Amino acid sequence: MTEAIIKCTDVHKWYGEFHALRGIDMDVMPGEVIVIFGPSGSGKSTFIRTINHLEEHQRGTIVVDGIELSHDVRNIEEIRKETGMVFQQFNLFPHLTVLQNVSLAPVWVKKKSKDEAEKISMDLLDQVGIPEQADKFPGQLSGGQQQRVAIARALAMEPKIMLFDEPTSALDPEMIKEVLDAMTELAKSGMTMIVVTHEMGFARAVANRMFFFDEGSIVESGSPDDIFKNPKEDRTKLFLSQILQH
Amino acid sequence: MSINTNPQVLPPPDPPGPIKWLKDNLFGNLFNSILTIFSLLIVYFLLGGVIEWFFNTADWRPVTKAPLLYVIGSYPREEMWRVGLSVTVVFFLLGISWGKWGGLLKSVSLALGGIFFVLAILPVKHVQLDVAMRTYLGITVFVMALGYILGRAEKLKPNLIYILWLISPIIIVVLFAGIENSEVLKQVATTSWGGLMVTFLLAIGGILISFPIGVALALGRRSTLPIVSASSTIFIETIRGVPLITILFMFSIILGLFLPADARLDRLLRALMAVTVFSSAYTAENIRGGLQSISKGQYEAAHALGMNNFQTMFFIVLPQAIKVVIPAIVGQFISLFKDTTLVVIVGINDLLGIGRSVINSESDFLQLQLEVYIFIALIYWVFSYFMSVASRRVEASLGVSN
Repeated sequence: MTEAIIKCTDVHKWYGEFHALRGIDMDVMPGEVIVIFGPSGSGKSTFIRTINHLEEHQRGTIVVDGIELSHDVRNIEEIRKETGMVFQQFNLFPHLTVLQNVSLAPVWVKKKSKDEAEKISMDLLDQVGIPEQADKFPGQLSGGQQQRVAIARALAMEPKIMLFDEPTSALDPEMIKEVLDAMTELAKSGMTMIVVTHEMGFARAVANRMFFFDEGSIVESGSPDDIFKNPKEDRTKLFLSQILQH
Repeated sequence: MSINTNPQVLPPPDPPGPIKWLKDNLFGNLFNSILTIFSLLIVYFLLGGVIEWFFNTADWRPVTKAPLLYVIGSYPREEMWRVGLSVTVVFFLLGISWGKWGGLLKSVSLALGGIFFVLAILPVKHVQLDVAMRTYLGITVFVMALGYILGRAEKLKPNLIYILWLISPIIIVVLFAGIENSEVLKQVATTSWGGLMVTFLLAIGGILISFPIGVALALGRRSTLPIVSASSTIFIETIRGVPLITILFMFSIILGLFLPADARLDRLLRALMAVTVFSSAYTAENIRGGLQSISKGQYEAAHALGMNNFQTMFFIVLPQAIKVVIPAIVGQFISLFKDTTLVVIVGINDLLGIGRSVINSESDFLQLQLEVYIFIALIYWVFSYFMSVASRRVEASLGVSN
């Protein structure tokens, strides 16, 4: 059997007195698509952000592709090169063009030549369907286009794992589909993905496993079929009924 | 079924024209009309007096006798071409940049080139506006035009222009000061430098040198290392808590006491250091404001891409922070430009210093102080106004003001 690419064991995190993550265990296999969902404040975003050390965990271990996440800055940088991240608020660099947004890190972090990086970037922009926007600035793009640029930017580092932190929550409804389509394509290509989202249609179609978070712990996990058709926990049932009502 | 059920509505009427405005606001009723006419009369008598004084009563001899004095001080007249050449170099670079980028640079180039052109063909007789001077002014305008044509060329890379701008201060300082044991570029002691030349040297030099120092201090103040952040904070707050004049004295007198006699620093250099130190504390605070306006998401996005702290600062945070504070930096430059008048007190002949020495140069001029000071004030006003117009244009083009 293949080795898990992400191994989280008993991950804890406190904000001051507040216990945000209360012992998260999660192993992710290469090529798996994981969807994490749960009410706000349940620690799902915090958890995904501990994986590339944007948030520091205080207890437990996180091993990404054989590298243990510790205080060692070199390990952190190595893990960040392996993982791409897409944020709720896009966080594109407003002073750079779309093409520069995508090609900056490959040039300066991966030390690729400018021409090579731009070629990769153009291919990726093509892949997410917006090659014609390459010379525009992020502010000139719609939210959906910006989020697709953000996906291309993360992919340009050729990561093994992609983390999505509520990628469609800040989007207008008519733009959600274009972003989810790009993510679905990516999942089909075999990318390992952890997605924090409430898009249950996406979860049903793409996820291999789903995790329901509440109050800093994993309440329930299983295949989309298990979760949607016969959730075991009352909290899961209640939450699903609330978000699937309409 | 028709979807468009809303009836067509006309836009609101245009705002009233100037005549309507006058009628409404100035001559609305009898009392208003009387007030308006009364105010106009007062303005006429006051302004009339000023205009009368300006064109008839005032004696402009202290200014017209030797206008060059106000520009270069007592810089040796036979070496004057070096100052001229420096100006030509700057005009050339302005021309290139205008050709390349247009916008604000176009206005600046046109304004400066226009002044030179008008002077070159000005139909008045003056000793200092002789054929040689007019030829020089003409050639400089021509060189600017040449630069413009060069700048239009697609092949010219912007990087080359940046490099030229970067080395231009070195060229200018070498031209001004000369080289030891050189026949062509004899050394000219800074004691003979003066006028606008010194004012600009101090203001531009101060801003340019203080900028990188200010960036370093701003980053230092935000550093997580306690020693770095404490020393930056202490430096910034000390300098900001002290008037410029104190720092000038500090550098021109006290510094001399600490250094060995043979290591005496040039007087102008000491003044420049004082201005730079003063300005860097304010630049640091401006930049710090810009840094605070950058959202946490920008740092996170950069870090998530594997960039280290230095790369994050250099490529992502600083460019945005600096862009935000450009208007503030321009404002700071304008006040520094005016603040440099304080160097008179440590014996440097900047524009104001030249004015004072002109007044004292002839007994006739002693009663003409008003003319001299008004002339100098006008020069400061013109440049400052010009710069604040420019900064508003920069703000608009950066979209900072909205």
